[in-house]
Amino acid sequence: MNDPVIELRGATKRFPSGSGPAHTAVRELTMQVAAGEFVAVVGPTGCGKSTTLSLVSGLEPASEGEVLVRGERVRSIPRGVGYMFQNDAILPWRSVLDNVAAGPRYRGASKAAARAKAATWVERVGLAGFAKYYPHQLSGGMRKRVALAQTLVNEPEIMLMDEPFSALDVQTRALMQDELLRLWAGTGAAVVFVTHDLEEAIALADRVVVMTASPATVKGVFAVPLSRPRNVEEVRLTAEFLEIYREVWESLRVEVARAREEASRVG
Amino acid sequence: MSGEHLSTVDNGAVAMAAEQRSAGVPDLVARRRRRRGAVWAVRLAAVVVWLVGWQLTATYWIDPFYYSKPTAIWSRLVGWFSHGTAFGSIWTQIAVTLEEAVFGFAIGAVAGVVLGIVLGRARFLAEVAAPFIKAANAVPRIVLASLFIIWFGLGMSSKVATAMVLVFFAVFFNAFQGAREVDRNLVDNARILGASRISVLRTIVVPSATSWIFASLHSAFGFALIGAVVGEFTGADKGLGLLINNAQGTFDSAGIYAGMIVVTVLALVAEWLISTAEKRLLRWRPPAASADVQT
Repeated sequence: MNDPVIELRGATKRFPSGSGPAHTAVRELTMQVAAGEFVAVVGPTGCGKSTTLSLVSGLEPASEGEVLVRGERVRSIPRGVGYMFQNDAILPWRSVLDNVAAGPRYRGASKAAARAKAATWVERVGLAGFAKYYPHQLSGGMRKRVALAQTLVNEPEIMLMDEPFSALDVQTRALMQDELLRLWAGTGAAVVFVTHDLEEAIALADRVVVMTASPATVKGVFAVPLSRPRNVEEVRLTAEFLEIYREVWESLRVEVARAREEASRVG
Repeated sequence: MSGEHLSTVDNGAVAMAAEQRSAGVPDLVARRRRRRGAVWAVRLAAVVVWLVGWQLTATYWIDPFYYSKPTAIWSRLVGWFSHGTAFGSIWTQIAVTLEEAVFGFAIGAVAGVVLGIVLGRARFLAEVAAPFIKAANAVPRIVLASLFIIWFGLGMSSKVATAMVLVFFAVFFNAFQGAREVDRNLVDNARILGASRISVLRTIVVPSATSWIFASLHSAFGFALIGAVVGEFTGADKGLGLLINNAQGTFDSAGIYAGMIVVTVLALVAEWLISTAEKRLLRWRPPAASADVQT
């Protein structure tokens, strides 16, 4: 493996809590992501997976340890990073086209150039007829397409995705997963995809990183030697898939149980 | 491949939307029209009952000297508009009051929006300013009208100042709140997409605060009119406030009512203008949120 695009070395993040000791979201996180690699991060719900992404994106500084993007320490938002949030982050007061054009506009493109670029991406994500619609007129899946186009239009080298499809129904989710793989295939971008759904993780990724229950750290890394291009719905039924699933689940199961135990103790 | 798959799903959604929008459901349209007719009929009936009741009671039981009656108020209004008032043409009075209110409204609203958004985004400044703002808000601002008469004299500027102060605080607090409650997600997303601080302010904060600001502008023009009228009460040589104050001095209750009606009409017209502007600027909002504005 050549130089990693993303590297975390013993990264720890603590958040100040109202009173008492600071809350540790992630501790001693060490992992690497190579260029063009699709890495899924799974862990129990609420374990601090999203914090990993905010460290890489530069939205939150690490309390301890190092976060490197292209070999440089992350101090502000690194160049070439795209981030798809769990909740809708598209602008409700802008049409689909202008939402997608936002990135190029922020980066100094002229209005016409930004719109032209946006139009091709709106088409690529399958929303050609909806360029003039406002977000409230779209379905949940369509809004995710807008967010995807909004991220991809900047041609990121690194894509951070925080459970982007968790709010969608099962069928739409599978459709969006296929769309994501199709669109990602040509870009050569490194993807870090956070999810609590192990099936989704294995279906999409080259490697699956399992996190422990809170405070999260890396428990194990599993390779997913499934061939590409994949069809998300069909790959789930293959014997290799089930084998990998069983192996990873063995590791994840303990953490999920621990997280549940903790949750029942608190609540 | 999956594009095709998608388009069938999406076409379904569009077809549904089109069905809802089309007038191809005459039964529903007719029922809605009938309902609206009924609402207006009841409204009209309520007004007629109220006016006739007042007229009768004032004619037979209570003293119209204190309470006046609809016909007296009507003839006073007709008199004002056909022969003019004690201080000249009614149109001059309206123009003067309106000018004071509009200037006060414009200056107060702009200052309130700018300061509210700046303080809403600058944590440190907001913390420093918090007690002063709270104190300033607790001051009975209407009393400032007297002070402004001393500072600026009997002319227009003292009324503009009173209207401005009233409008400023109403708008300021909403703009402040609106700027604070901006969705973190939207700001983070914009920053990742490459937005500078200024771009975030221009493209995220200001549009998000717009609904909050408009909510305050509705009442703010009312405040501007109150400011202008109270300013004229306190001391003036023209304006609707002077007219009402003069009516009070001469125990002319019909004149007070007539002045009130003129001011109310002005406020309603302004409200209509603001609602129209709001509908245009906030047309991105889902229709359910603005449905109750329609009559």
